[in-house]
Amino acid sequence: MGIFGNFNSKKKENLDKGLKKTKESFFGKLSRAVVGKSKVDDDVLDELEEVLITSDVGVDTTIKIIERIEERVARDKYMGVEELNSILKEEIAGLLEENNSADVSDFDLPPSDDPYVIMVVGVNGVGKTTTIGKLAYQFKQAGKKVVIGAADTFRAAAIDQLEIWAQRVDVPLVKQKMGSDPASVAYDTVSSAKSSGADVVIIDTAGRLHNKVNLMNELSKIKRVMQKVIPVAPQEVLLILDGSTGQNAFEQAKQFTKATEVTALALTKLDGTAKGGVVLGISDQFKIPVKYIGIGEKMEDLQIFRRREFVETFFEK
Amino acid sequence: MFENLSDRLERSFKLLKGQGKITEINVAETLKDVRRAMLDADVNFKIAKTFTDNVKEKALGQNVLSAVKPGQMMVKLVHDELAELMGSEATDINIKGSPAVLLVAGLQGSGKTTFSGKLARLLKQKRGKNPLLVAGDVYRPAAIEQLKVLGEQIDTPVYTEEGNKNPVAIAKAAIKHARQAGHDMVIVDTAGRLAVDEEMMNEIASIKKAINPDEILFVVDSMTGQDAVNTAKEFNDRLDFDGVVLTKLDGDTRGGAALSIRTVVDKPIKFVGTGEKLDALDVFHPNRMADRILGMGDVVSLVEKAQEQFDEVEAKKLQKKLARNQFNFNDFLKQINQVKKMGNLKDLAGMIPGMGKAIKDVDIDDDAFKHVEAIIFSMTPAEREDPSLLSGTRRKRIANGSGTTVQEVNRLLKQFTETRKMMKMVAQGKRIGNPQQGFRN
Repeated sequence: MGIFGNFNSKKKENLDKGLKKTKESFFGKLSRAVVGKSKVDDDVLDELEEVLITSDVGVDTTIKIIERIEERVARDKYMGVEELNSILKEEIAGLLEENNSADVSDFDLPPSDDPYVIMVVGVNGVGKTTTIGKLAYQFKQAGKKVVIGAADTFRAAAIDQLEIWAQRVDVPLVKQKMGSDPASVAYDTVSSAKSSGADVVIIDTAGRLHNKVNLMNELSKIKRVMQKVIPVAPQEVLLILDGSTGQNAFEQAKQFTKATEVTALALTKLDGTAKGGVVLGISDQFKIPVKYIGIGEKMEDLQIFRRREFVETFFEK
Repeated sequence: MFENLSDRLERSFKLLKGQGKITEINVAETLKDVRRAMLDADVNFKIAKTFTDNVKEKALGQNVLSAVKPGQMMVKLVHDELAELMGSEATDINIKGSPAVLLVAGLQGSGKTTFSGKLARLLKQKRGKNPLLVAGDVYRPAAIEQLKVLGEQIDTPVYTEEGNKNPVAIAKAAIKHARQAGHDMVIVDTAGRLAVDEEMMNEIASIKKAINPDEILFVVDSMTGQDAVNTAKEFNDRLDFDGVVLTKLDGDTRGGAALSIRTVVDKPIKFVGTGEKLDALDVFHPNRMADRILGMGDVVSLVEKAQEQFDEVEAKKLQKKLARNQFNFNDFLKQINQVKKMGNLKDLAGMIPGMGKAIKDVDIDDDAFKHVEAIIFSMTPAEREDPSLLSGTRRKRIANGSGTTVQEVNRLLKQFTETRKMMKMVAQGKRIGNPQQGFRN
């Protein structure tokens, strides 16, 4: 097998060890890297680079963080593990957009006469429908009147899936049959929510890869159609990102923002080993706040994203 | 923010082009770019590092004096390493059992159910099998319903047990049912699960034990990041799967996860999912993937796709006509339809070497042939049969009728004449000295 035969025998051991390591926390690794060293040296920075890259933070953001640390090392001359940890916390939190509205109160909404419309978008299989079920549950728990719109009219049984969630949470669902026009479903949902005095409308959309121009145009259309009922709708366009997605999440954020002006991100499937580090760079570059994180399959497994806590969890062993 | 791997490599190699020989310094710069490109493509950190280290070792070991063009040599080295990493040959699935039992496993949202439907269709239509789909995802709302809808679309029965929450029992019963009903293939779809979910991982291990599958396929999203290695390794430790299915490859991800998984678990990638429609499933060709990553295009795939769509009887008829120089606009239309049948134009164009980059941001309309068709449809049957009838006044009429201009009609006529000339030469088996000759004149 040539060099990769070589790789398999010689490096496999290292790789296995490396894989075990990723199960530990982000900063657990880092602490070990600086053990026995009195200051931050190149080895530590190399280790830091690895930690960040293997958490999907991406090359650009990693370089950015490391350069800032290097600058501070050069300026302060001496830096220990404790200082490094706190500086890293600062730097990472600094990359994440502050999500003011959500940090104030859980699942609260700005006061308005019209329903608050949340349009949920994302590529296939990231967990849009499940997130909508959980969101509906949380808003209902917070005493809001919720209406869901089944505008994923494409995927087999997507409507049935949402219907089961609507029944579980006990909120009304507006739907048409599979293959119908998603914009028309969205229009119906928003009109019905408005006339029934609902507080929140959540619109499901079909998963689509962001490089399919026609499908992205369809999203813009859905958005425009809802504005005929409520001119400011959707007040929120929520892009769902799979926590295990790598650097492609950047393109997803870029293309969905282009088509629908994404206002918030939700990061799903964070109960696995994936770190979702890619949101650091996305939040930094696109100035879109992460609003929710999905951490399990149950209804209550959706949390408001708090960047301080998110960064803190990196430090937990 | 970042370009895809082929773009990056292309640029890296350009830096090398002007240089006379490979030195420690110029190779370091290039390899840094290669490594960076691999990380941007989500190739695992350690694998990217080992990869570039190995390429470097080989490059410096070369007799630099004999290497006329260092850039070309580097392309070859990187390509060889990549191809080796991807595995050398396309690997088929095991469909020999009676019935052959196939187990599909993976994370949530990786595309297991869609893949199961596509595979059933492929086995049915191309291998003459009589598959049974088994709905083993008893957890996700409407997962069973989803498989049922897919089954209906491809006219394949789906085994379900309403209310039964035990996927092990369902899978066992399904195989028994398949035997009785005369199915020679059973495809067991399962619930998505996280590799760290002990309970769910135990469950999939129990399913494996209960049904003893002939083939276990691990389905993974091609957009997966660095975590792909962990997940693949966990699933492999528990299931010792036979192959990997890479889904959503019609996105713009470079699919570095494929490289990582292949290296870590040493199992072949067998299928790639390339679209939402049920026929969007391709057999994975490791060498071609390496070529594609390097921007060499996927010429072989293109040729095979063309062959698959090409009707042999039509082809013979056409050849006769060509030889007698009777190729007319009706044949031209048929040709266009053949090309259209081959699928999305942009996908096809992307397989041609050098085109990948050129068309990256261009939105190729599938209606690209619309004007051509409109012009031909505006001709009388006699004109289509015998293009030499097309006088100036006729051309003007055609332009008006098709909503185009006389210039456009002229351009099409010129293209047609040249195509005919070229095709005649090919049909008569003449060697064409300069392949571009036919287009110049």
